[in-house]
Amino acid sequence: MNIIFLLIGCSFCLAIAFLLAFIWSVKSGQLDDDYTPSVRILFDEIPNKTNEDDSSKTD
Amino acid sequence: MNKVVDKVITEKCFHCGDTILTPIRFDQHQFCCVGCKNVYELLSQNNMCAYYSLENNPGQTIAQPILDSSFTYLDDEKVSNQLIQYKDEHTAKVIFFIPAMHCSSCIWLLEHLYKINPHIQQAKVFFLKKELHISYNPQQTNLREVVTLLSRLGYEPAIHLNDLEERVKKNDQRKLSYQIGVAGFCFGNIMLISFPEYFGLDTFSKGQFSKLFGYINLVLSLPVFFYSAQDYFKAAYQAIRERFISIDLPLALGIIIMFVRSVYEVVTGTGIGWFDTHASLVFLLLVGKWFQQKTFDTLSFDRDYKSYFPVAVTKINEHQDLTIPVTSLQIGDRIRIRNNELIPADSILLRGEAHIDFSFVTGESAPVKKVHGEIVYAGGRQFGSAIELEVVKKVSQSYLTQLWNNEVFAKEQSSVMQSFQQVVSKYFTIGLLLLAIGSGLYWLRTDVVHAINAFTAVLIIACPCALALSSPFALGTAMRILGRNKFYLKSTAVVEHLAHIDTLFFDKTGTLSQPTHSKMVYHGEQLSYGEQQLIASLVQQSIHPLSQKINNILSVNETLEVIGFKEVTGQGITARVMDKQVYIGALGWVSGGIEQANENKTTKVYVRIDENVKGYFELEHVYRKGLDSVLNQLNKTYTCSLLSGDNDSEREALLPYFSKHSLMYFNQQPADKLECIRGTISKGKQVAMIGDGLNDAGALKAATVGISITENTAHFSPASDVIMDADVFQLLPSFFKFSKATLKVIHISFVISLLYNLVGLAYAVQGTLSPLLAAILMPLSSATIITFTTAATTFAAKRNQLK
Repeated sequence: MNIIFLLIGCSFCLAIAFLLAFIWSVKSGQLDDDYTPSVRILFDEIPNKTNEDDSSKTD
Repeated sequence: MNKVVDKVITEKCFHCGDTILTPIRFDQHQFCCVGCKNVYELLSQNNMCAYYSLENNPGQTIAQPILDSSFTYLDDEKVSNQLIQYKDEHTAKVIFFIPAMHCSSCIWLLEHLYKINPHIQQAKVFFLKKELHISYNPQQTNLREVVTLLSRLGYEPAIHLNDLEERVKKNDQRKLSYQIGVAGFCFGNIMLISFPEYFGLDTFSKGQFSKLFGYINLVLSLPVFFYSAQDYFKAAYQAIRERFISIDLPLALGIIIMFVRSVYEVVTGTGIGWFDTHASLVFLLLVGKWFQQKTFDTLSFDRDYKSYFPVAVTKINEHQDLTIPVTSLQIGDRIRIRNNELIPADSILLRGEAHIDFSFVTGESAPVKKVHGEIVYAGGRQFGSAIELEVVKKVSQSYLTQLWNNEVFAKEQSSVMQSFQQVVSKYFTIGLLLLAIGSGLYWLRTDVVHAINAFTAVLIIACPCALALSSPFALGTAMRILGRNKFYLKSTAVVEHLAHIDTLFFDKTGTLSQPTHSKMVYHGEQLSYGEQQLIASLVQQSIHPLSQKINNILSVNETLEVIGFKEVTGQGITARVMDKQVYIGALGWVSGGIEQANENKTTKVYVRIDENVKGYFELEHVYRKGLDSVLNQLNKTYTCSLLSGDNDSEREALLPYFSKHSLMYFNQQPADKLECIRGTISKGKQVAMIGDGLNDAGALKAATVGISITENTAHFSPASDVIMDADVFQLLPSFFKFSKATLKVIHISFVISLLYNLVGLAYAVQGTLSPLLAAILMPLSSATIITFTTAATTFAAKRNQLK
């Protein structure tokens, strides 16, 4: 039954790691803006050729 | 005639999407104006046309050309230092508020500014706040160049006078996030550890784990007690010091007793304590608090004149014009105000023709003309050609800004009325303490331990968790629903205030009427097409606002040649058109006399062609759509009154909208409005003021609920409790009804949570409350309340036709 002590220790380490991750995410401002990143991720790199393809419009 | 024009040209501007009147072709695209074309040109040169592929026609029309001199005031060290947040040799950081930001294309363009100006190191958009965080290299570029670039692209940052003052940083939201995170973490783990005990799984190990688990729980609840719950202790302490009973008192008492008794039980080995209930209680309370703290980031509810006034003004020097910050404006300075610019300080008119729109400041609907030597008050907006003024008072001492010296602005209004929760918790707390002491005393006769058990159990189980959650969740839901309907509240407390309102005061100009939408109407002899042509040709020569309004209603294809155009300020215009002498202007002007412009209440513009006075144009009042039904509905339950800064020319027109009990005040100065509201409140009424302009600022502040109505929420609106989008004016009665329904939901949920408390108390007074029962009862009651309040409030919104 002593294995329980080890398991509890492990589970706590894991849980604390998540808590620290949460605190870090708040501190780095990830919760300040929950909209812009969702748009930003969809931007492509700017192509280096001149602009010709206006037809490829996305909504 | 206009309709035909619309049908022929359905082409939309490639940049801004506006209908094109005279197309400008460039690079296979059509543009509505040179401004739009220039933005496109700038972007295509920098290979940034992806801007146009993310959204269709994402741009902004640039109404006025951006001059190089427009932002010279930003070169001023004092100004730039106030705006720049951080600066060292290689980096300067600055945050701009950009009202024009509205779509993903905007985000893309603003974040790729470095493609155009390579010295911009980073640009990051916070879309919901409409903020742009920029860092640039101060050795290579400067603030003025950055702002000019933004303005050239159609994203002019809003820089106002209050930006030059110290900012207060808010970090509350983050602290609450930490507290919730910590409490949630501890709550989850404590629950996990407590399960074996509940199910009696520890029998085979002879209580070996039970003891260990007890201590683990104890350690886990330390951060909950000392960190996450600390604000409740502070609030309770504050309440005791101010001799005021709030719901925080029984909450704090419950939390403390729960913690102390649990520690005692674990240390003495008499039990496992209530750690799980304790953690879940704090966690749920914090979540409720977070739910209630919803704010509308882009809106500012505490603006004063400083966020309306511009930062810079053109000062006339001997050699050249300089753009200087308004704050360094001195008495005696000469300034130049161009078309559509604001007058920043009380001054005397030196040169030029002043047609000043004071509608936002005084409530007068028609532009006021001023002649040389007259005093022009700050806050008016000039229409027409540029004027020159001499400053006679400092910005902070002008006639308008005096209003802010009134005492209503000095103190933060401590909540005007007690919320329902406050009223109930007063009785609740007293009753609870009596019951706890009573049951303690009862058991004291037989058994001291049992007496302490009963006493603490009562305080633990009756800890008004569900009670404390019902208000935040009902009000928070209501605030979100109202926000979705473009009715933005400053805080959740406003919902309750709205429900208690019995008297409404309306401002006229900008609130009930829309002066910018007003049209001229012609009265008199029928005008032939030729005559309309004559008039149109003449009025097109004048920049007077009324001339332009007349021009708007005449449907004329082409204009005629005008010879000998003459304009006399305050009188009218005349010229020879097609061998006919046409006069347009005041009655005196048209009838040939030179009499002074009479103090006519309504604005009438007469027309005379040769010797024949044809008739006159009159400004028609345009009232907000749905005004009829809105006031009809509101009149049934509320006393609606009018509080206008304008003259009483529209009294007759407005009379049918109001009931016979309504009061109608005209010619009210800003201070009069404030006093009127105050007087009504001192008679025991709960007053809502609905206004829009700076002149309503005092009244909005003094009222129980100040509602400011605005055409564009990104624009200035004076300090108020509610900011309402003008589009939803018709929903005003629904908002009031909905707030009442929300209050009813809170009442019902209070009853439900009290019932739960009674069940728990029945066990507690006997001293037989088990931790397991508490652990079930507490979350169950909270879950019931949360589900009920959110569902019932949403249902109430549906019934009132709100989204």
